[in-house]
This record gives sequence, structure tokens and C-alpha cells, in this order.
Amino acid sequence: MKNENLYNYILGIADNSLILGQRMGELCGHGPSLETDIACTNISLDLFGQVRSYFQYAGKIAGDGRTEDDIAMLRKEREYKNVLLVEQPNTNFAYTIGRQFLFDVYHLAFLAELQKSSDLTLSAIANKCIKEVSYHERFSSDWVKRLGDGTEESNQKMQDAINDLWTYTDELFHLTEADKATVAEGIGVDVTKLKDNYYKSVSNLLTEARLQTPESKWFQKGGKQGVHTEHLGYLLSDLQYMQRTYPNMEW
Amino acid sequence: MSTKNWPLWEIFVRSKNGLEHRHFGSLHAADAEMALENARDVYTRRNEGVSIWVVESKHITASNPENNGELFEPAQDKVYRHPTFYDLPDEVKHM
Amino acid sequence: MSEEQIKSLEKQFDERIARDEKIEPKDWMPEKYRQTHIRQMSQHAHSEIVGMLPEGNWITRAPSLRRKVALLAKVQDEAGHGLYLYSATETLGISRDELYEQLHTGKAKYSSIFNYPTLTWADMGAIGWLVDGAAIINQVPLCNTSYGPYARAMIRVCKEESFHQRQGYEIMIKLANGTPEQKEMAQDALNRWWWPSLMMLGPTDDKSVHTAQSMKWKLKRKTNDELRQQFIDQTVPQADLIGLTIPDPDLKWNEERQSYDFGEIDWDEFWQVVKGHGPMNKERMKARVGAWERGEWVRDAAMAHAEKKRQRKEKQAV
Repeated sequence: MKNENLYNYILGIADNSLILGQRMGELCGHGPSLETDIACTNISLDLFGQVRSYFQYAGKIAGDGRTEDDIAMLRKEREYKNVLLVEQPNTNFAYTIGRQFLFDVYHLAFLAELQKSSDLTLSAIANKCIKEVSYHERFSSDWVKRLGDGTEESNQKMQDAINDLWTYTDELFHLTEADKATVAEGIGVDVTKLKDNYYKSVSNLLTEARLQTPESKWFQKGGKQGVHTEHLGYLLSDLQYMQRTYPNMEW
Repeated sequence: MSTKNWPLWEIFVRSKNGLEHRHFGSLHAADAEMALENARDVYTRRNEGVSIWVVESKHITASNPENNGELFEPAQDKVYRHPTFYDLPDEVKHM
Repeated sequence: MSEEQIKSLEKQFDERIARDEKIEPKDWMPEKYRQTHIRQMSQHAHSEIVGMLPEGNWITRAPSLRRKVALLAKVQDEAGHGLYLYSATETLGISRDELYEQLHTGKAKYSSIFNYPTLTWADMGAIGWLVDGAAIINQVPLCNTSYGPYARAMIRVCKEESFHQRQGYEIMIKLANGTPEQKEMAQDALNRWWWPSLMMLGPTDDKSVHTAQSMKWKLKRKTNDELRQQFIDQTVPQADLIGLTIPDPDLKWNEERQSYDFGEIDWDEFWQVVKGHGPMNKERMKARVGAWERGEWVRDAAMAHAEKKRQRKEKQAV
């Protein structure tokens, strides 16, 4: 492939939306209230919409006729580049909200930078996505506050979720080879520069929500290199089921 | 804690600038901010709005249909409030 | 109120409906009108909510991203429609929580068709095409029903649902024109969903208890048998068009009636499912009750937070 770095870079962005969208989609029909159910599905729909824009572009770059669905559904587990955070399961609603919140704060800051990309397609996609993600961030922050500053039970559950998910946050700011190459070309975003503000914003919000910011400095990583948690395999077996069972068909 | 149910809110949506907010329906939410967010997700999924009002249903005071006679019927025969009440020759233009 | 006064009010009420006037929430209405509407409207709302489950079952496994977003949007619409209908029902003086309670304890019914399992991707096509097709036939006349909030909710529902049946039929077209395996999948889904779809339009007229009253109140414009015939007549050519076979050996065109004659429906199966013994009745209720119970601490937290916020605001104001 001529532009393999750009291709890999786009997949790195899009896989986060793909896997998080899939996780949110699992909740459809099982939310804590009808209104919340509808809201979570909206987030899932936004994310899948983003995925399609990114993968259609990646398909063009690959230039060998691969489609958005080929890219989304026909890779092996080690080839998915999403961060570990987004593949964590919907253990309970606090985990769903915590995962969303910890990703949204990053995602919003990331898109604000991607808008400035010298790659016009990427900056156009970022331009569209940032409005959606601003809303996601507002939605998940509001819910962190509700659960953190709600009942004793909800405070405990929200704190547990944040504590458990915290270990996956540092990876958001690791640079991959594709990152380094595209940053050098003015296309990619240098995520290391987003880190300080990220932890400041998150910590402020957690304080407002009467939650403790975890102090642990032990972090997990590997998602960006395709070394995932055990959860991803099961998620992929659902995501890929049809394409794997009935190869080369149109739907 | 015993379950305390989310109260009911009435949702008004302006579908585009220049039009009034119109009653779209209702939904449940714990507070006004959530009511706005829920209204956005429930009632404007298809690009139906540019502005939303939410009012907790219990704050609406409604007239009683049993009083419709005294409230609304007296206005029925006040025909002099309508332009057609006044006889003018056909030649008069622009009036 | 004396019995005579009530009689006279009821007479005026029936005349209003006959004149096509709408009834609004605060208007006087016979208790039976209120109860019938609570029953039918909540049953309708429950059907939307339970109906999310068989299709929701395939969201994570949809075969393409395009199909996935369409299915997500459709199932989300069903949540929205349930919400509109619950809200309309609440105008009759019953809360959504009470309505849920009726559903969860089995006191309230929902459409039996959702007690069948969705086994393959083609079931998404069959449900959209057949189940939504049958639902539309039921629902369109309700846009004109006598109770204002119900009619308004149905106008919104019908407007939004116009894409649902197309979504399903498009899936079927793709499968029917696809590989032999795909075509077989489509035919199998049609075989399994055809008869339940016919049952969905309700028991035959001679067995239907509510029809006469419902006609008067414009909750119904046509009888179950008329609706069923309409559904069959419009669906058979659609099956022909994509080369699928309706699983009824007795189905044939009746030139004289300008309609299709069709075979005997297995009403024993219908009543078995209605009475709670269909393949998925227990699973569906478990999913609904489970979601509601798992959500309780979340709903409580939101209320507690709202109350704290209110108190803080008051303190500030002092």
C-alpha cells in the first residue's frame, strides 16, 4: 500500500468509534429508562456514522476495492487498533457511563486538533464529528455527576467504575508508528500534548461529581498494537459473525 | 431508597426560526437539564427542531372543559370583531 | 350524578364522536371509554417496547455497517413510539410506572408475535416486511381515532414508521436475489413468520370480543378479518415479486371476490402464545423486568441528584 501510515492512522481513530459504538449498541432495549435507552442508541448511531466516514476514506486510500465492511468486520483480533478502554464491557450503567466519559473527554480534545489536519478529508470528518462528540461529552459528564452526586449506592458504583477503568486511560496518549509518521506530515494529532489537559478536565469533573480521582499510576496498554483484553474476542465474534459465516455475500 | 419516579415534562419544539414553539408531547426526566437532553434525543431525532422548551407538567394550569360554555361561547356571537361584519361597496379597494 | 344524567352525558359523548369530534384528556368521558383506551393504548406501547427485543437481538451481529445503523435506528424508533404511546396513555390518569407494573406482572398484554425467536438475519427482513406491514394496516386508521392524544401519537408513529417496512423488504430483496444460501434463509424466515403475522391481526370476527364497541369509538375502522384479508392481498404479490413462496398450499386467487383465499390458521397456537406459553414469552419478560430492576438505582440516583441540586440552588438564593 502506498500510504500505509495514513491508512493505519485512520484505522486507529475509527476502531475506537467502532468498538465503542458496538458496546453502546448492546444496550439498545435494555437501558435503565426508555429515555436513556434512546439517548444511548443515539450515541451508538453517531459513532457508527463516524466509522463509516473513516473506513470509506481508508478504503479509498488502500485502493484495492476493500469496502467499509471488509475493514470493519474482516480483520483478525490482533489487527484491531482500538484502545483497551472502549472494549470494556457494560458491567453496569456506571461502567457504561464511566467508559463513555473517559473516552469523550479525550475524543473531543482529539477532534479539535484533527480539525486542523492538513488532510482535508480528515479535517472535514473531524468537523462533522466534533458536534456529535460535544454532545456525547455533555451527556456522559452530566450522568457522571448524577451518579456520583446521587445516592450513596450510586456514588459507590460510579467510583468503582472509575477506579477500574482508570488503568486504561494512559494509553489514549501513546504514540504509534503511524501517529509519529502522520504527525510529522502535519496530518496526525500529537496526542501526548492532550494529556495534561485531559487529566485536569477529568479530575475537575470528578471532584464536582463528588468522586475521587484515582491515584494509581499503574496503567494497561497494548490496544493500539492489537494486544487486547479478553473482552474483545467475544465482541468481535458477534460483530463478524455474518461476514465470517457467509463470506463474499451482499447484504 | 424507595423508588421515586421521574416526573413528567411537556415538550415544546420550534421547528424553525420564524415559527412558534409547538407542543410535541411529553416525557419523563429527573430534572430540567435531563428533560432538555431527553427531548433532544426523543423529539428531534429527525431534524425536527431548532429550539426546545421543557415545562414540568404539574406547573401547567389548564382550563376546565366543563366551563367551556362560559369561557368560550360568549365569543361566538361577537361578529363585529370580524372584518366580514362591515358592509362596504365592492368598488372600495385595499381595505 | 344521577343515572339519568350519566345516560344523557353518554349520549352527548357518543354523538360528539359520531360527528368526528375529538375527545381530549380533561373532557368528561364514560369510565368504560377511559378503561378501554388505557388497555388498548398501553398494550400498543408495551408491544413497541417488547418488540425491541427480538430485533435488538441482531444489532451486534448485523452483516454490514449500513444494515447495523438502519436496524439501530429502527429499534430506537420503537423505543420512541413506546414513549409517545405511554405518554398519551398517561393523559388518562395512569402513570408509566403503573403501566410497567401491569406489563411486568403479566396483567397487561402485548402483541404475541414478539414471543417468537429471531434465529437468522433474514428474520430482520421478515419482521420489517411482514410484522411492520401488518402493524401499519392496524395503525393507519388509528391516526383518526376519537381520543386526541392517541390520534396525535399515532400520526407521529405512522410518519416515522414509513421507513421500517421498506427497510425489512429491502433486506428480503437482497437475500432473495443473493446466493442460494441467502435465498434459503429468506424463504425459511418467511415460512416461520407468515402465520404468526396473520394471527397478529387478531382473532376472527366471531371470536373477537371488543370489535363492536371499538368501532363506535373509532379505535377500529375495519374488523380483524377484513384487515387480515387486506394484509394477505397486498403481501402475496410482494412475495411473488422477489420469488419467495407463501407457505400456504391453500392460497389461491379468487376471481369472484378479487381477493386471495387462504388456509386455516392454527388458532390453538395463537391462544397458547397469548396465554404465555409461546417460545419466548418468559425470556421477553425476563429481559424487560431485568432492565427495569437493574435500572432502579440509576433512576433513584438521578432523582436524588435533582433534589440535591434544587436544595443547593435554594440555599444560594437565601
